Amino acid sequence: MSQVTGVAVPGAEMALPPVRGTSLLRRSLRLWRTRIGVTLVGFIVLVAIVGPYFAPYGPSTPVGVPNSGPSGKAVLGTDYLGQDVLSRLLYGGRSILVMAVIATAIGLITGAAIGLVAAYSRNALDDTLMRGMDVIMALPQIMLALVAVAIVGPHAWVIVAAIALTTAPRIARVARGAAQPIVERDFIACSEAMGVPRWRIISGEVLPNTLGPLMVEASLRLTYSIGVIAALAFLGLSTNPNGANWGTMIQENQLVLAIQPWGAAAPIIAIALLTMGTGLIGDGIARTAAGIDRAQAAE
Amino acid sequence: MNRFRPGGVWGFILRRLLLGIAVLILVSILVFLATQALPGDPARAILGRSATPASLAALRRQLHLDRPVIDQYLTWVTGLLHGSLGRSLAAQEPVTTLLSPRLVNSSVLVALAALVSIPLSIAIGAWAALKRENAFDTMSTNLLLVLAALPEFVVAVVLVLLFATTVLNVLPAISTVPPGSRPWNNWTALVLPTATLVIAVAPYVARIMRASMIEVLESDYVEMARLKGLPERTVLVRHALPNALGPVFQVIALNLAYLAGGIIVIEYVFNYAGIGSAMQEAVINHDLPVVQALAMLIAAVYVILNLLADVATILVTPRLRTRL
Repeated sequence: MSQVTGVAVPGAEMALPPVRGTSLLRRSLRLWRTRIGVTLVGFIVLVAIVGPYFAPYGPSTPVGVPNSGPSGKAVLGTDYLGQDVLSRLLYGGRSILVMAVIATAIGLITGAAIGLVAAYSRNALDDTLMRGMDVIMALPQIMLALVAVAIVGPHAWVIVAAIALTTAPRIARVARGAAQPIVERDFIACSEAMGVPRWRIISGEVLPNTLGPLMVEASLRLTYSIGVIAALAFLGLSTNPNGANWGTMIQENQLVLAIQPWGAAAPIIAIALLTMGTGLIGDGIARTAAGIDRAQAAE
Repeated sequence: MNRFRPGGVWGFILRRLLLGIAVLILVSILVFLATQALPGDPARAILGRSATPASLAALRRQLHLDRPVIDQYLTWVTGLLHGSLGRSLAAQEPVTTLLSPRLVNSSVLVALAALVSIPLSIAIGAWAALKRENAFDTMSTNLLLVLAALPEFVVAVVLVLLFATTVLNVLPAISTVPPGSRPWNNWTALVLPTATLVIAVAPYVARIMRASMIEVLESDYVEMARLKGLPERTVLVRHALPNALGPVFQVIALNLAYLAGGIIVIEYVFNYAGIGSAMQEAVINHDLPVVQALAMLIAAVYVILNLLADVATILVTPRLRTRL
């Protein structure tokens, strides 16, 4: 491995590490749970992204009597304002998905960087970084997001920043834990002796060997991010108070559950399928990664 | 593990205690900076755009915004330590008066959830580990995986759909606790919120219990105990369970601390008058003193639970005790 990063050609050093990441994904697809997860997530993502083009009505167009049941005109009935539930469902997933993915990605990148640097430094920097992470983790995710929204207002970037900030320490903890045994290995000492720059040892040698646990944690964090962003909208703190948003829809129609359950049930099913899907994918990757590590230990 | 430091169990507890206090001090700085010293004017954020300059100035004086930041912080922290949390801006009464009955209500809910979920999840996890790969194990593992992925407000609304409206109409859909009354006066109202909290916590605890129990059952000392001819019951109760519980305490503590955040959404769903719904109201009303007090309270719960979990893990796991 170490000779790979010794080469200065940018493509060559990239050649080895990504293979392990993608092959981990490919191998995990042999498990049924991963396939089901990918199908569920794929379906919901498709609905959220292309849904608006197929929606029979606009998200805020009144189409009939409020809280009427499913009919030929409105397949899933109308909500508490007489808007079409199906149309709002098709419009309402995009913002949650986009925000959750961006927030998790930012949290993943910064968290992995912090965790790997902490593990690699093996000195006071390690302690300082991880104690800092402890402080952020002492505040529950939804709580920190609520405080941020209370101060700055319910803007998309505030919610994304709050979720990213609370995701990073949890990723950092996993990255550090996975990297700690790696930095003690001979090939790291070998690269150091060869004079490979530190950032390249971290990104080229340590990172590829921690991808398994990182991917598992990332999928778990994505599941949580979706949940927290939907929950914020549910609590009445979405970026657009009257917009079509699955969390907002559940809140608005919760009081009329007994009369027209679809207004809340449809977005609930969408969120449930999505988070169950990401959960299943994460579990599939975790099982595959554990299998790979076990096989390596046996060699 | 570089924990070969002197002091035994008490030294360890003392070190963890100091660390916990340090974390809380840093959290207090973070909460303070976030709520009071952030760019932008908290007074304007509270009163909105239509506020008059006079009312803005009055509120700034009430929040001590006209003084240096360090001064403001010290005043606030001294107040916290003396149990004086300031006045709620929305309710116009001291934060402590506002929150103490709600704190009781929330504690009842969380304690009830812990009482149900901890034994239940430990039993499920241990049973699944004992009957590994059979129908119960496969079914419980997959079911818990799916339940663990669901956001808690989704679980809550599904429970309301199933048990309080359409399918069965046997339980109340909302669980208001009128002022002056206690949550246990109307216990049917507690069923659905408690069930939601149990479903939010149990999957993680059961999962880690199963993994931990499997590891212990495959260990040399359990095999040794069996080879000594001990009855299987004794092997499980005296040798396997205590060692398997170690990692579970950590997860229980983490999850109870998570509940401190989870109740924000769950209490809102059921309109339950606890600190969680107080947090939601405070955020909507820009009631900063209440937001600050609740943030510190929830962070303190988290730190204390983690501390207890670390100590409990050491005390309950025989092989860790010797390593101190």
